[in-house]
Amino acid sequence: MTTTAVTTPPRTLAEKVWNDHLVRQGEAGRPDLIYIDLHLLHEVTSPQAFEGLRLAGRGLRRTDLTIATEDHNTPTENIFSTIADETSRKQIETLRRNCEEFGVRLHSLGDSEQGIVHVVGPQLGLTQPGMTVVCGDSHTSTHGAFGALAFGIGTSEVEHVMATQTLSLAPFKTMAINVEGTLKPGVSSKDIILAVIAKIGTGGGQGHVLEYRGSAIRSLSMEARMTICNMSIEAGARAGMIAPDETTMDYVQGRPHAPQGEDWDAAVEYWRTLHTDEGAAFDREVFIDADELEPFVTWGTNPGQGVPLSQPVPDPEEVGDDNAKDAARRALEYMGLEAGTPMKEIPVDTVFLGSCTNSRIEDLRAAAEIVKGRRKAENVRMMVVPGSARVRLQAEAEGLDRVFREFGADWRFAGCSMCLGMNPDQLAPGERCASTSNRNFEGRQGKGGRTHLVSPVVAAATAVRGTLSAPSDLEPAGAAAPVPSGLQPMA
Amino acid sequence: MEKFSTHTGVAAPLKQSNVDTDQIIPAVFLKRITKTGFEDALFAGWRKNPDFVLNRPEYENASVLVAGSDFGTGSSREHAVWALRDYGFKAVISSRFADIFRGNSGKQGLLAAQVEQSDVELLWKLMEEQPGIEVRVDLESRTVTCGPVTVPFQIDDYTRWRLMEGLDDIGLTLQQEEDIEAYERTRPAFKPTTLPART
Repeated sequence: MTTTAVTTPPRTLAEKVWNDHLVRQGEAGRPDLIYIDLHLLHEVTSPQAFEGLRLAGRGLRRTDLTIATEDHNTPTENIFSTIADETSRKQIETLRRNCEEFGVRLHSLGDSEQGIVHVVGPQLGLTQPGMTVVCGDSHTSTHGAFGALAFGIGTSEVEHVMATQTLSLAPFKTMAINVEGTLKPGVSSKDIILAVIAKIGTGGGQGHVLEYRGSAIRSLSMEARMTICNMSIEAGARAGMIAPDETTMDYVQGRPHAPQGEDWDAAVEYWRTLHTDEGAAFDREVFIDADELEPFVTWGTNPGQGVPLSQPVPDPEEVGDDNAKDAARRALEYMGLEAGTPMKEIPVDTVFLGSCTNSRIEDLRAAAEIVKGRRKAENVRMMVVPGSARVRLQAEAEGLDRVFREFGADWRFAGCSMCLGMNPDQLAPGERCASTSNRNFEGRQGKGGRTHLVSPVVAAATAVRGTLSAPSDLEPAGAAAPVPSGLQPMA
Repeated sequence: MEKFSTHTGVAAPLKQSNVDTDQIIPAVFLKRITKTGFEDALFAGWRKNPDFVLNRPEYENASVLVAGSDFGTGSSREHAVWALRDYGFKAVISSRFADIFRGNSGKQGLLAAQVEQSDVELLWKLMEEQPGIEVRVDLESRTVTCGPVTVPFQIDDYTRWRLMEGLDDIGLTLQQEEDIEAYERTRPAFKPTTLPART
C-alpha cells in the first residue's frame, strides 16, 4: 500500500481532463472557462467566424494551436482543376484568404497533408492524450479515441475559440460504455458503436461524455477506436473517450508533431495518469457483450434505427412507444422498405467506402481483403474515398487502389465526399446505398437518397453480392470460376 | 444580440421526433459564407410538400415551433439556428434538444425551451383544436402559455441571463483575459503546436 495522503476523490477520465483545462471555475451557476489545446478548422463552419473577428476588430489568439484543411465540399475527382461549382469554389477561396490573413496553417486540396479534418489531426500527431480538441464539426468526438476531450461546436463557438482559445461550458455528465468479450470474425468496431446507439438511442447520451471501456475496447487498434468515438455524437453525446494505453502511445510516437526526447517522457508520465480511478462513479453505465455482437446495419433514417444484419426489417408496431412507432413508420416509408423483409435481401445501388468514420488505411485494407480477386455485382457502383491524401498515398503504395479498380470500384481523392453530399458525390432520388459513413438521415447523401450504415467489410461484401451482406455470406474468392482440372493457372 | 424577455406569436406544430439539422437545413445550403439570408433553406427538403405544416396558411406567420423530442440532432451546423431565426422563429419548444443545437441557439438569441413531453402533447392538442393559436413564451418566469394552459420550461440560468441581457459571449470571456494568460503560463511544454509546421 502506498502511504501517500490521497485527498482527491476518485475521478473519471473525463473529469481529469476537464479539471486540467480549467482556466476559471464558474461561480454561482456560471459555466467553467475551459482552455482549448487544439482548434481544427475547415471551409464550411469557419467563414462566418472569421468575418465576426474582422467586424469586431479581434485577432486570432493562438494561431499555433490552430490548423485548417479543406474537406467538406471539395471534389474527389479532377482536384487539380478549378472547382466547377461556383459557391463551393468561393467557400474554399474564402478559407484560403482567411487563413492567409490571420496566419493559420492550411492544408489545401492537392497538398499531401490535406484530408478530412478528423483524419488529418491524428495522422500528424497533433491529437494526443489529455488534450481538449474542438472543431466546428460534430464528429470531432473522433479524437476522444486518444483520451482527449474532443467535441463539436457551432460557428459562434468557433469564433469564441479563435478570439479567446477558451470555451464557456457547464461540466458534462459521464457514462461508461462497458464492452467485454471478444468480437467474432467479420464483426468490427463499427458494429460495436451501431449496437450502442441502437441500445441507448439517438438522445441517450445527451449531456454526457461516453467512456468506452472493457476488454473488447482495449483489444482494438487506434483506428478502430476512432470509429467508435467518432459516432458518439450519433448517440447524442457531447464526446466519447477511451483511456490511453500502449496502443495509443505506439500510435502517437514518431508522428510529425509527437513530443520528442524529454518532452516525450514527460508526456508519457502524464498520459499514464489518464484513466478512470478505481471507485470513480459514472452518472450512468451501459453494458455490451462483445461475444454476442453480429455485423450491424441500419434500416431507418436515424442511426439508432439499426438491427443485426441477419434480422428482418422490424415491424413499426413492435417498436418502442408511440413516438418510436411513428418514427419507424415514417422511416420505412422514406426508405421504401416493408416490415419483415430480411435485411440481406435488400438490394443496393451504391456502396460508399469513406468518411471520417471509416476511411483510414485499416478500413481500406479490410475492404480490399474482401474484394480482392472478385468483381463487383453488376448493378452496383462502388466509390472508395480515402480519408486523407496520406491515406491515399499509403493505399497506393500497398496496391489497394489496384485491387479496388480491378473489382470495379471508383478510386477517388480524399474528402468528406458522399458522407454528406456537399460536393458532386451524391445519391440520386430513390437510390439506395450501403455506406460506411455515420448518418442515415433523410437526404443526407443526396436528396431522396436512402442510406444503410455498415462497416467496411459489410460494405465490401455488399458490393460483391449486390444485396446487404456479411463477409461470411460470400463464396470463397474465385469459386464462381473454378480452374478447370488438368489446367494450371498462369503464373 | 437582441434582448429576449417575452415573445407572443403563432405556434406551429412539428409532430416528429429526431428532427436532425440535415432536415432543418440540408448541406447544399452550407456553401454560403454569409450569416444571414437562410430563410429559404429552412426545412428545404420538406417545404416542397404542400401539406408540410409551414405551408399551411394558418401557420404563415408562425414564430414559435413546437417540435417532437430530440430536436436538432446530428451535425453541429449553426446554419440550422440561422435558418430558423431568418425564417422568423423566436423560440423552439421540445422535450429534448441535442446539446450542440441548444448551445448554438443560445448564442444567436433563439430560445430553446425544454418542456415535458406530456406538455408538448398538450400544446399540440390545443394547436389542433385551434390552428394558428398564439402562444406566449416568458423567459422571466420560464413558462409557455397557450390559451388557458400555462406550462413551465427549463433553460439553464446562465443562458437565460445572457438571453435576457443580450450579451456577447466573447466580450464576457475577454474580461477574464488575465486568467487565460495565467493558465497559458502553466501549460506543459510537451503539448503540441501546429506551428512551425512539421509533416
